[in-house]
Amino acid sequence: MNIAIIKYNAGNIFSVEHALRRLGIEPIVTNDKEILSNADKVIFPGVGEARTTMEYLRKNRLDELIKSLKQPVLGICLGMQLMCKHSEEGDTECLGLFDTDVLRFIPKEHDDKVPHMGWNTLTNTNSPLFEGFDKEEFVYFVHSYYVPVNNFTAAQTEYILPFSAALHKDNFYATQFHPEKSGKTGERILKNFLNL
Amino acid sequence: MLAKRIIPCLDIKDGQTVKGTNFVNLRQAGDPVELGMNYSEQGADELVYLDITASHEGRKTFTELVKRIAAHINIPFTVGGGIHELHDVERLLNAGADKVSVNSSAIRNPQLINDIARNFGSQVCVVAIDARQTPQGWKCYLNGGRIETEHELFDWAKEANERGAGEILFTSMDHDGVKKGYANEALSRLHDILSIPVIASGGAGKQEDFKDAFTKGKADAALAASVFHFGEIPIPELKKYLCKENINIRI
Repeated sequence: MNIAIIKYNAGNIFSVEHALRRLGIEPIVTNDKEILSNADKVIFPGVGEARTTMEYLRKNRLDELIKSLKQPVLGICLGMQLMCKHSEEGDTECLGLFDTDVLRFIPKEHDDKVPHMGWNTLTNTNSPLFEGFDKEEFVYFVHSYYVPVNNFTAAQTEYILPFSAALHKDNFYATQFHPEKSGKTGERILKNFLNL
Repeated sequence: MLAKRIIPCLDIKDGQTVKGTNFVNLRQAGDPVELGMNYSEQGADELVYLDITASHEGRKTFTELVKRIAAHINIPFTVGGGIHELHDVERLLNAGADKVSVNSSAIRNPQLINDIARNFGSQVCVVAIDARQTPQGWKCYLNGGRIETEHELFDWAKEANERGAGEILFTSMDHDGVKKGYANEALSRLHDILSIPVIASGGAGKQEDFKDAFTKGKADAALAASVFHFGEIPIPELKKYLCKENINIRI
């Protein structure tokens, strides 16, 4: 299987690469449009800031490429947020694959710390990514911005309010959490993606 | 609900874990990667690797080790020790660490916290504080507790928070190694004055100590070394116990 990871100025590319290797897959990390377009599956990782990252993607014409992909695509963390319409982070126009906005967490009480960091549960899972889940599994999150629950929500998590832990529309899948850092549960989610 | 975290801490010297372990099922008891994988299997939520090597050669060994850890461990891990400037942070993050922990260097140069937060995000910046109660109140110490500073614990933690730290890892030197529980009063006060998570460190001796750190101390995470390394408190049992005590824990 030919798995490509989009190479750009994001922070967690290594982690995703290692996670796939642990599953016995040797991914290609590339920004080559030809290779990306022809891969069986594409992963769009992301740790960083929305505005500078979108600017980088546009400058390198990776924005059009991502939108044109027909094979299964998995966006992770900032990758998922950039697949939405607009982010409050840096007032950024994003890719618009999911017709929803990305908002900043607003704490309601002292214990509502931002970023939302640590292990939290997935509920209302509704996507092939969560095939084989028989209980509410914990996954690892680190983020200050969130996608509200919407028509494309494929899993929910509650922190300050219920938000989208995962999204799904056609061939585009996305997780707000980090499957590559979520232990065995994360490995199963990555495997489910690879098996799509 | 966000889970409270259990974090084993491994001290590393010249690429090997320093404190002994009695894990009989490990091929090489001193290998930090294998030990980390074992903890991850058992249900640890995060790992902390502290480099206590002094030499330049040792630093290179540690960076190579961080790369191996990143390749094998499927949960987040923090690395600390010998981080003096932004370049060190970049080196360790590039090697695959999720977070870095700064201690003495942040007291000597507090701007380092702002710089890490601005360049890599607050979430990667853990500020570790070693403190002890003195007649003048809680005072912070440098160089693994050898040098007392003028910094007061709560003021310094607040300053670190304001400068962009993502978490505070507070070790009470009075409680460390004594195994009679964490410094819950000080932890609780840190929780009340800070807007970032607090990791409790120093004092774990029995399962109840973890519960108290989360309830009385209101800590977000509890770190321990020897009780895990020597198998005195197996993580699966600890987590079962905490669940039964209605602490929100990842099982």
